[in-house]
Amino acid sequence: MTIPNAIPITPELVAAHGLKPDEYQRILDLIGREPSFTELGIFSAMWNEHCSYKSSKKWLRTLPTKGPRVLVGPGENAGVVDIGDGDVVVFKMESHNHPSYIEPYQGAATGVGGILRDVFTMGARPIAAMNALRFGAPDHPKTKHLVSGVVAGIGGYGNAFGVPVVGGEVNFDERYNGNILVNAFAAGLAKADGIFLSQAKGVGLPVVYLGAKTGRDGVGGATMASAEFDDKIEEKRPTVQVGDPFTEKCLLEACLELMASGAVIAIQDMGAAGLTCSAVEMGAKGDLGIRLELDKVPVREERMSAYEMMLSESQERMLMVLRPEQEEEAEAIFRKWGLDLAIVGWTTDDLRFRVIHQGEEVANLPIKELGDEAPEYDRPWVETAKPAPLADTDVPQADIADALLKMLGSPDLSSRRWVWEQYDTLIQGNSLQIPGGDAGVVRVDTHPTKALAFSADVTPRYCEADPFEGGKQAIAECWRNLTATGALPLAATDNLNFGNPERPEIMGQLVGAIKGIGEACRALDFPIVSGNVSLYNETNGRGILPTPAIGGVGLIDDWSKMARIRFAGPGERILLVGAPATWGGHLGQSMYLRDIHGRRDGTAPPVDLAKEKLAGDFVRAMIRAGALSAVHDVSDGGLAVALAEMAIASGIGAEVQMPVDIDPIPVWFGEDQGRYLVTISRADPGLVRDIQDEAAELGISAPWIGETGGTELKLAGARPIPVADLKAAHEGWFPKFMDA
Amino acid sequence: MKSAVVLLPGLNRDRDMIAALTKISGKAPATVWQTDTEIPDVDLIVIPGGFSYGDYLRCGAIAARTPVMRAVAEKAAQGVMVMGVCNGFQILLETGLLPGALMRNASLKFVCREVKLEVANANTAFTRAYEPGQIIRCPVAHHDGNYFADPETLARIEGNGQVVFRYAEDTNPNGSINDIAGVMNEAGNVLGLMPHPENLIEAAHGGSDGRALFEGVLGIAA
Repeated sequence: MTIPNAIPITPELVAAHGLKPDEYQRILDLIGREPSFTELGIFSAMWNEHCSYKSSKKWLRTLPTKGPRVLVGPGENAGVVDIGDGDVVVFKMESHNHPSYIEPYQGAATGVGGILRDVFTMGARPIAAMNALRFGAPDHPKTKHLVSGVVAGIGGYGNAFGVPVVGGEVNFDERYNGNILVNAFAAGLAKADGIFLSQAKGVGLPVVYLGAKTGRDGVGGATMASAEFDDKIEEKRPTVQVGDPFTEKCLLEACLELMASGAVIAIQDMGAAGLTCSAVEMGAKGDLGIRLELDKVPVREERMSAYEMMLSESQERMLMVLRPEQEEEAEAIFRKWGLDLAIVGWTTDDLRFRVIHQGEEVANLPIKELGDEAPEYDRPWVETAKPAPLADTDVPQADIADALLKMLGSPDLSSRRWVWEQYDTLIQGNSLQIPGGDAGVVRVDTHPTKALAFSADVTPRYCEADPFEGGKQAIAECWRNLTATGALPLAATDNLNFGNPERPEIMGQLVGAIKGIGEACRALDFPIVSGNVSLYNETNGRGILPTPAIGGVGLIDDWSKMARIRFAGPGERILLVGAPATWGGHLGQSMYLRDIHGRRDGTAPPVDLAKEKLAGDFVRAMIRAGALSAVHDVSDGGLAVALAEMAIASGIGAEVQMPVDIDPIPVWFGEDQGRYLVTISRADPGLVRDIQDEAAELGISAPWIGETGGTELKLAGARPIPVADLKAAHEGWFPKFMDA
Repeated sequence: MKSAVVLLPGLNRDRDMIAALTKISGKAPATVWQTDTEIPDVDLIVIPGGFSYGDYLRCGAIAARTPVMRAVAEKAAQGVMVMGVCNGFQILLETGLLPGALMRNASLKFVCREVKLEVANANTAFTRAYEPGQIIRCPVAHHDGNYFADPETLARIEGNGQVVFRYAEDTNPNGSINDIAGVMNEAGNVLGLMPHPENLIEAAHGGSDGRALFEGVLGIAA
């Protein structure tokens, strides 16, 4: 069989599709002939890094993905985790980095749209969103434009769709100057018996296209997302899709209605590589062939070629296999919501992926091989060399109060209010904690007391210094943030952002981080249930900081006992749970070194996973017993910053001691892991002793370090700082930066 | 008292509104769809917030021309109480049931935060459960909440006590003229407001200052 080629397949054309010569040879071997132009496009869409995970698959397999609560792990549109009472939480995090750099508003907007679709494709109504954003240096000429566009795009889409943003991260580093990161997380609620998968079942059933019409937008987007940037990046703007949150909101309601009617056998959203990827996945997973008739695809542009239709990344589209007897019912639901519905193909028993356009067959490919036999690489990698540890005597000095104020008013530690006030954080009426605390918390509105906690975390500078410890720390910090609200961490999603994996040192970062993530997940019973890999985040040969962003979900049994970071009142006792004997001390890779002294040296702080678990389980038990009045994890900036954040959140000061006869700088600014600040009400004078005794029995240190009260933060050895000044510094940077 | 909630494609605080009405009145409101030409016999019709028809063209402009809004206008003329929140307020303005207009926020940005409201007129069927001049907490979440009216209209509605809510304590989030957050028609049976009282009605919301609005309009003793 041959399919005539109007366009000759030259080596240049193959290269322009992001396929390497050996990959093209593999195609020739597989189909025994030259592919048609449309087929080349299909292979390029299925075999690019973004869709095939060809560089990372070998290592992703090492991650723990199972657990007693995990109902669906990686491989579907999103992970599914049991939260009891027949309810499940469905979630995933995904990157939209390259498009967001090229066209920040639409890039970020469609990133949000894509992740929401992943969640409701599974049958879940989205209930929470987060965004992990990394921008270049604040003084880079493009940074402000990118921040303003990305934030407006996320808000523009998510606010109209109607899902509350409850958390996220925003960081700045010159290493993201030419390659920002936009990682979008979404979670939804569903019933355990109401989960929908992409696996097609049954021969001769209609394959139905739903949602918005197909246009030329985003043609080749997934291939673009798998390439490095160079100076000509602006020319790629037409590969960015355009979002329509109104259509997506209608699509959500129509899909949920259709699912409830029992008409849906299989469903897959059209994300990266649109029609191609969704059709191939549905067929390959169900061991079925698919025959597509492109003349039936609803289009919004004239004279679209088969190639363009197969590779279009037009948004807000779904593909389903429906029960034929319910076709009319399905059509009525979609007409009600003003959406297109068209039968565009059939499931077949020949395991071929066949595409018909204007009466001609333009593609005829083996469907299993297209999906499952994508090239897989065991790329060479070298272990990242660890930086030398700081010498014990190497403690650069600064005025503690001045340093604290400067750090609180720095790009990375200042308040992100400017960002999250542009997101609807309250819609749906279930937000119990909005951004600004340790984790976002959303009530499960079908249950009287349950709530879910969400946190997104990674510390890229630790990952750069030591990918293994950095990977561990990302998981541990996420787990700790969830724990700090009283939630039991259930599972996580990973969004691995790295540079070019064809370079052994970058591959070494990826391998190291995945190993660290795996080790921490196993130690903390915190499996990875979904995720996304974004590679080739480089511009002109320079990679980003390795950024394996983690999005975690935890379960709170009774939200009336949930903990918050703000001091509950004056006279509360402050304990530091999980502290080393000196309370703190690890200055390597700290914010203090970087932002006060311009140094990026030393080792990343190690995470003792056994201690992490002990301390976290202890804190959670205390929260659930109602013993703690405020809880905050200690992370970036160390103890001083964590205390300041609790003071700022409440407007209440504190007086905090210090171990005697040691240098105060590492105590206040060290970034030792596994620590929590907790407060205990003064109404129960015996409680401090009880908690300390209980902690000691478990081998956890929990020194009583101070007391809340007054209007100043008084750290031993430092000038007292009015809480109002802390707040002014903390709230000041972002608006000043953006309005300048 | 019986209530109904108007549903239009793109509205997204409909579930919040239905939950609030259900929790406070003890019974679920009826719902009416964009194409409905008749509204059941109710005492209160609520148009919730969101982005009806994507807010394309102009906020509320497309919604104002739907069959269901013609039916709402007829009911309003008969004296049935009508309340529009956020997009619902924009729709009531576009329908001509309320005076003035809502422009893009002065910051040109979407804003979601808690503000303070002054109950500028407590002598209305909507606000009777509040004290005159009472300051309450209430969240806002909108991109186009900057209220404007020409000087004549402004003088008239101020003089008639049609300004029902005002942003208080320097919390005006959008640049609204005279800090106006909510207005009613001259007859006193149609109210539009930008803030979201339905998102502050219970302990889980961190407060319940919005509750009295529903209790007042539904005739429920607090």
